[in-house]
Amino acid sequence: MKITAKFWIGMAVLAVLSPLGLILPEHFKAGAAWGEWGSGQMQELVGYIPRGLEKLSSLWSAPIPDYAFKGWEEKGLSYLSFAYIISAIVGIGITVLVVIGIGKLLAKKGDQASGKK
Amino acid sequence: MHIPDGYLGPATCGVFYAVMLAIWALASKIVKKTLKARQVPMLAIGAAFSFVIMMFNVPIPGGTTGHAVGGVLVAILLGPWAACIAITVALVVQALLFGDGGITAIGANCFNMAFVLAFSGYYIYKAVSYNASIGSNRRVIAAGLAGYIALNIAAGLTGLEFGIQPLLHKTASGQALYCPYGLNVALPVMLGEHLLVFGWVEAIVTALVIKYLQKQAPELLEKGRE
Repeated sequence: MKITAKFWIGMAVLAVLSPLGLILPEHFKAGAAWGEWGSGQMQELVGYIPRGLEKLSSLWSAPIPDYAFKGWEEKGLSYLSFAYIISAIVGIGITVLVVIGIGKLLAKKGDQASGKK
Repeated sequence: MHIPDGYLGPATCGVFYAVMLAIWALASKIVKKTLKARQVPMLAIGAAFSFVIMMFNVPIPGGTTGHAVGGVLVAILLGPWAACIAITVALVVQALLFGDGGITAIGANCFNMAFVLAFSGYYIYKAVSYNASIGSNRRVIAAGLAGYIALNIAAGLTGLEFGIQPLLHKTASGQALYCPYGLNVALPVMLGEHLLVFGWVEAIVTALVIKYLQKQAPELLEKGRE
């Protein structure tokens, strides 16, 4: 088997195992990464929400925030794990597509196929 | 290590966007000269690997979480410029799609994880594995060491960027406008947790994959030179 094929299999395995990155922190009662707190947590930590931070923190609303589907926040860990795997698959897929796009712009082609669209 | 929106002030965000624009332009120019169409799948694999490995949050029990970046491995296999592009794609997808890392902080996050991490890791690996044969254990050690040190350099930089915010931006009453923690807290915390825990994760991931490739695909270890 070609090594690239093995890499893709490895990637699929990582995607399926990815909820470990959710379950282990939950199990060991570890909170957010340092410096990645939400506004509420910031209030608890320093007693106020820095004004600039409050304004900027809602600047962007991501379609799949924190690798979880909107409205699923209150569902159990198994739902979140499922969303996490889907996020991994979607993320890997889009990352690959973007790199292929960049590759088309940057890589030297052996043969120039000029397709009209 | 993904700085969210609101933790860095506009000056810091702007500076890092400007620096990264120059680095991205240079990276595309250099990669354009060397990248062949058949190498694009490896570039895609590198970017996807970095994306997914960052989802594996490792807990410090009762404390915070952190993760490997996988960027040192990508840099060893593809060279630092190609790795810079690959990790950038992963970080941009994380920011836009998943809100992991702020969009105003994409410049800073890419500087830390796509540029500095990839380049420092690559050159540490090159230096330690200098003249080592493809199958030698020194390569595995070099990979682990490069992963450990490079992740810590990136974490230290992140701590620095957090820590200078209270110096740059304050209200008249002394409240912080952005990241409220100064250098005396941000730097030791970011460095400490990565020196103690997360740096080892990057080290182990990098070393294990290099060890595996020595047997399975030694030809990949001959490349990565520019």
